[in-house]
Amino acid sequence: MRVARIIPCLDVDAGRVVKGTNFVGLRDAGDPVELAARYDLEGADELVFLDITASSDNRDTTIDMVHRVADQVYIPFTVGGGIRTLEDARRMLRAGADKVSVNTAAVDRPELISEIAAEFGVQCVVCAIDAKRRVVEGRPWVAADGWEVYVHGGRTPTGRDAIEWAGEAVRRGAGELLVTSMDRDGTREGFDNELMRVIGGAVSVPIVASGGVGTLQHLVDGVLDGGADAVLAASIFHFQEHTVAEAKDVMAAAGITVRPAD
Amino acid sequence: MTRPLVAVLDYGIGNLHSAQKALERGGADARLTADRSLIADADGVVLPGVGAFGACMDALRRVGLDEAAADAVSSGRPFLGICVGMQMLFSASEEDDGAVGLGIIPGVVRWIPPGPKIPQMQWNVLHISQPADPMLQHLGDEPWVYFVHSLHGVPDDPGVVAATVEYGSTLNAAFRLDNVFAAQFHPEKSSRPGLALLSNFVRICASPRSADDREVSA
Repeated sequence: MRVARIIPCLDVDAGRVVKGTNFVGLRDAGDPVELAARYDLEGADELVFLDITASSDNRDTTIDMVHRVADQVYIPFTVGGGIRTLEDARRMLRAGADKVSVNTAAVDRPELISEIAAEFGVQCVVCAIDAKRRVVEGRPWVAADGWEVYVHGGRTPTGRDAIEWAGEAVRRGAGELLVTSMDRDGTREGFDNELMRVIGGAVSVPIVASGGVGTLQHLVDGVLDGGADAVLAASIFHFQEHTVAEAKDVMAAAGITVRPAD
Repeated sequence: MTRPLVAVLDYGIGNLHSAQKALERGGADARLTADRSLIADADGVVLPGVGAFGACMDALRRVGLDEAAADAVSSGRPFLGICVGMQMLFSASEEDDGAVGLGIIPGVVRWIPPGPKIPQMQWNVLHISQPADPMLQHLGDEPWVYFVHSLHGVPDDPGVVAATVEYGSTLNAAFRLDNVFAAQFHPEKSSRPGLALLSNFVRICASPRSADDREVSA
């Protein structure tokens, strides 16, 4: 039985949850531990915390937050943002995170993925890939042009092809890919399901679709059209437009197997 | 009721924090430890594990906790293996050729048969084969629990299977052999059903009687 997961994402800045639009213009949406506990009660399958400031000054704040979440919430959670070294990963995992998500540092030095996987297992290494469609001047977007990997929170193009990078990340030991469409993130227009399909078809590990959720139907589309194993969303849950339980009802009604909310 | 002392074997792998906290929430004085005298004094012992079978066995042996685990099992005290901690109780694993397990549950850990995505990284319904088992009380009729695994235990004696899960085929999800209970899933990450299972473990640890008496009283 394949069961789709719903994963609220909590972007964290200095211990508070925020959510950006296209990764800028942040709004404060609450306390991480409170939100985590609420999502657990609503039936969230996992949580992702992305430390979007990730300056070394805030590192201890994040570890303290991870500790507090792990004390109170008994569902799997991933911490990402600023995981640059094996030691960074080790501290997060020892503090109670189940997985770490790597992004910029892994693009800079792909061995980081292998190192974390070798010590802790592939199941706890998530490779986050921020991808943007390549727009070639003079012609409408076509799949042959592919997607480009961006780093530094979506600010810096790398010239790397997202499909190729996804393959390398998995070969090096990533147990899951968190794929965010930079074109869709913050737009509320739905996932880039073509991106999800193409990457999902290129690798064997689970794909978490991210970026662009504005309606519950978008979550359904991510699974049925994008082929994602899990769907990630932030603002539609944080601002209580919808509960996770509502999302599960809509997915179940669409024929997707989900773990029912209590 | 005094809080039973539960030793969570700490041999340097992954995330033990959640298991410890969940056991404490269930009423235990749970300690992450590699101290053999503390382990020998504990009312119950938990062997966690994530990652690769061979690497976990090596790490366990390096700190001498393979013997401590075997001693705890033979003492008759409640013993709980979780995930790769469960797998290590078997004789061997297909994951690492030549790696020898603890051999407490005779059998081999085998790859999930081809078909579905591997690893299984999701919540799934536990089908309980031994409904009278005290560890499986109060979990609800069809408890959903969280799995992350690429292999599953195939015991020589199918009678030790306590629960299964459907994932492409029927996989073994939990085992009972005398005082040993072993789970492929992560109770410490399985929200309310998982906490119920860990509370059951703590309650069994708190009982001064033998394992057999405990089963009757539960």
